Amino acid sequence: MSILGKLSLDAIPFHEPILIATFSVIAIAGLVLAFLLIKYNLLGILWRDWLTSIDHKRLGVMYIVLALIMLLRGFADAIMMRLQLALATNGDPGYLPPHHYDQVFTAHGVIMIIFMAMPFMIGLMNIVVPLQIGARDVAFPFLNNLSFWLTAGGAILINVSLFVGEFAKTGWVAYPPLAGLQFSPDVGVDYYIWALQISGIGTTLTAVNFLATVFKMRAPGMKLMDMPIFTWTCTWANILIAASFPILTAVLAMLTLDRYLDFHFFTNDGGGNSMMYINLFWAWGHPEVYILVLPAFGIFSEVVSTFTGKRLFGYKSMVWATASISVLGFIVWLHHFFTMGSSANVNAFFGVMTMIIAVPTGVKLFNWLFTMYRGRLRITVPVLWTLGFMVTFTIGGMTGVLLAVPGADYVLHNSLFLIAHFHNTIIGGAVFGYLAGFAFWFPKVMGFHLNVKLGKAAFWCWLVGFFMAFMPLYVLGFLGMTRRLNHTDNPDFNIWLYIALVGAFIIMAGIVCQLLQLYVSFRDRAQNLDTTGDPWNGHTLEWSTASPPQYYNFAEIPTVSDIDAFTDMKEKGEAYVRKDSYAPIHMPKNTASGMAISGCITVMGFALIWHIWWLAALGLLGSFVALVMRVYTKDIDYYVQPDEVARIENAHLDNVAKG
Amino acid sequence: MSTTHMNTHDAHDEHHDHDPAPYNVFGFWLYLMTDCLLFASVFATYAVLFMNTAGGVSGKEIFELDFVLVETAALLLSSITYGFAMICAHNKNKKGTLSWLLMTFALGAVFIAMEIYEFHHLIVHGNGPQTSAFLTAFFTLVGTHGLHVTAGLIWMFIMLIEVAKTGLGSRTVTRLSCLSLFWHFLDVVWICVFTVVYLMGAI
Repeated sequence: MSILGKLSLDAIPFHEPILIATFSVIAIAGLVLAFLLIKYNLLGILWRDWLTSIDHKRLGVMYIVLALIMLLRGFADAIMMRLQLALATNGDPGYLPPHHYDQVFTAHGVIMIIFMAMPFMIGLMNIVVPLQIGARDVAFPFLNNLSFWLTAGGAILINVSLFVGEFAKTGWVAYPPLAGLQFSPDVGVDYYIWALQISGIGTTLTAVNFLATVFKMRAPGMKLMDMPIFTWTCTWANILIAASFPILTAVLAMLTLDRYLDFHFFTNDGGGNSMMYINLFWAWGHPEVYILVLPAFGIFSEVVSTFTGKRLFGYKSMVWATASISVLGFIVWLHHFFTMGSSANVNAFFGVMTMIIAVPTGVKLFNWLFTMYRGRLRITVPVLWTLGFMVTFTIGGMTGVLLAVPGADYVLHNSLFLIAHFHNTIIGGAVFGYLAGFAFWFPKVMGFHLNVKLGKAAFWCWLVGFFMAFMPLYVLGFLGMTRRLNHTDNPDFNIWLYIALVGAFIIMAGIVCQLLQLYVSFRDRAQNLDTTGDPWNGHTLEWSTASPPQYYNFAEIPTVSDIDAFTDMKEKGEAYVRKDSYAPIHMPKNTASGMAISGCITVMGFALIWHIWWLAALGLLGSFVALVMRVYTKDIDYYVQPDEVARIENAHLDNVAKG
Repeated sequence: MSTTHMNTHDAHDEHHDHDPAPYNVFGFWLYLMTDCLLFASVFATYAVLFMNTAGGVSGKEIFELDFVLVETAALLLSSITYGFAMICAHNKNKKGTLSWLLMTFALGAVFIAMEIYEFHHLIVHGNGPQTSAFLTAFFTLVGTHGLHVTAGLIWMFIMLIEVAKTGLGSRTVTRLSCLSLFWHFLDVVWICVFTVVYLMGAI
């Protein structure tokens, strides 16, 4: 074997015009970006204030930037698939050969779940949770930075697979024996394994970090049942991460051992049991969908209560509904494979448990409706996303209850009905929620408002596009079309495939509107500044800070005596009080250690994918050395002096007074 | 979010002995719970696969309980000696801490050496992890625990140097407490391994 393992020039797909074109576009865009950064002298700022930052707000922004970039990549995959299926009818092969098409649908799933939805959710959580509980940062700011870079490392690996080698052709679940060495001898599954493994460890560390934060760092007076509802939903999501991501780590490690060392966990021979993979995968995978959607529910709760100007209806029932969904989320995994052939009683148990989840979810929907009842709902962009969600998600939830009937599932399993269902809940639930949260907290984070017209246009394109793209898939499912088909030969399918393609293009128009919205809002930011820090008359502590928040968040840790802590302060006249003196604030220093550790681990992942053993050992050693160096660095923190704090606080209070 | 910090002072110049992250032990305990679930997954897999011997050996034929008993005793004893090290650390007894840590390290090393011997013995007799799903699951479960103990030994080695060089400041004692949690946790896991794999496998 050569010094570069399995890696050679053959790994570069010169013969794939689509990939070469994509690579050229990305390379040119990268060069333009580099040129602009150098021209406007921004490289130093990028390095000092962003890449090495351990400020939870900046890490949150970087998570969301990562999520948006990966949304574009994942959406490009989506539109390629829809185009292929609209062209490849009546026996026509279309334009994407199966080996390429299979990589596209695998990458689409992995990217949208792991590298779009997760970073988007974790980004919003990073920005908002410490502010909502009145903390200056998370419990372990450096670990937070490391988690981000591990996620980014995984994202880098999955993107490298586009141009060096190939990605998995197994579907995003990578079931063995298909994902085993015998049927997937190439590097695609290895890219899958290491991208997920590295980012998954980052996610686990994030959960540990945020659980320690909410349990130990709440502002004085804030009992657990006083926590803002978004923080509560994130806390449940973090409990789910801490309890389920280790299962993913374990099952990926087992698949790795099967592929690298000829072990027999999931092989056909040697007594292996591939259904064990599928069970473990979904013991992670099902909680994962609640990890995605619970924080979105929290966002909708904040949005509904803020824009009706009312307290959230049924706060306690909301918390307990979230808790029940979290617990139930762990005892429904088998509904992903009723067709495994468990006994009727086992299938019935998992079917009934699945249906029961509709109850706490229904509680939430009614709480939102009752919050709106007799309120004066301001129809802003976050509210539009919320209303769109309530209608869309209800439909998705009901088709989920249909799929929970094992008998029906035997017919609909792996059909496009299933595809329609989970896009219905993930887009209509999680993605709409994150986009609502994006519009809601954007002025807080960036200090200026988003353009409303383009925001509304984006919403309507997404909503209409979503229904046009996915309702036909329910029909196709009933017509018998299964998932992951490369081409079809049934004239009855055609019209629905065409409608779905049009829907995908309308969603694309929505995404274009959002990109335009970012550009226009940035261009016109001087006219749309949020000077008060409280643009929506908010209820919770994040709105008591400036926009963007002071880097130390709170000059003095607030004392809390109500769920809607900031509303309470405003009513009592305790908000915006000028202090005579401030205490010094203890802050951590920025560091490049997180990048160094994660960089070495990413190199190790790449080396393992290509069997370059010496480089893998070097990467592991490098990350260890970087970690030990970080642990024994003494120069990690500093104090912000009182006069600096007074200057920043007075500037904020002057702005508030001016209105 | 300006980060142009003026008039700021490096904290380590002002306070020499403050704890920068007061939640370390709690956070580390949370991490251990995630590790616990990792082990749970591997245990579950072992439970599913341990009868799939694919015509090869079963646990009854290869487990030598006497040998494993000594191995177990070494590990359990190392938990006691680590406990004494922590008592010394809290009493700021540097010499005592170092000697008990060294003893713990030695016992841990004995455990790992015996495990490597056992694995090597199995592999040379044609009972490697590639032989059957049972052996795959066995090597993975016991090996995952072994890797954790090895990581604990590396960590302990670093802590020995730290204690010897810098003494028992609050930061060092916090780190020793985390390693203590880790070490005892691995003991608890080993008791499960000993029971589920060796004892139940030998009957």
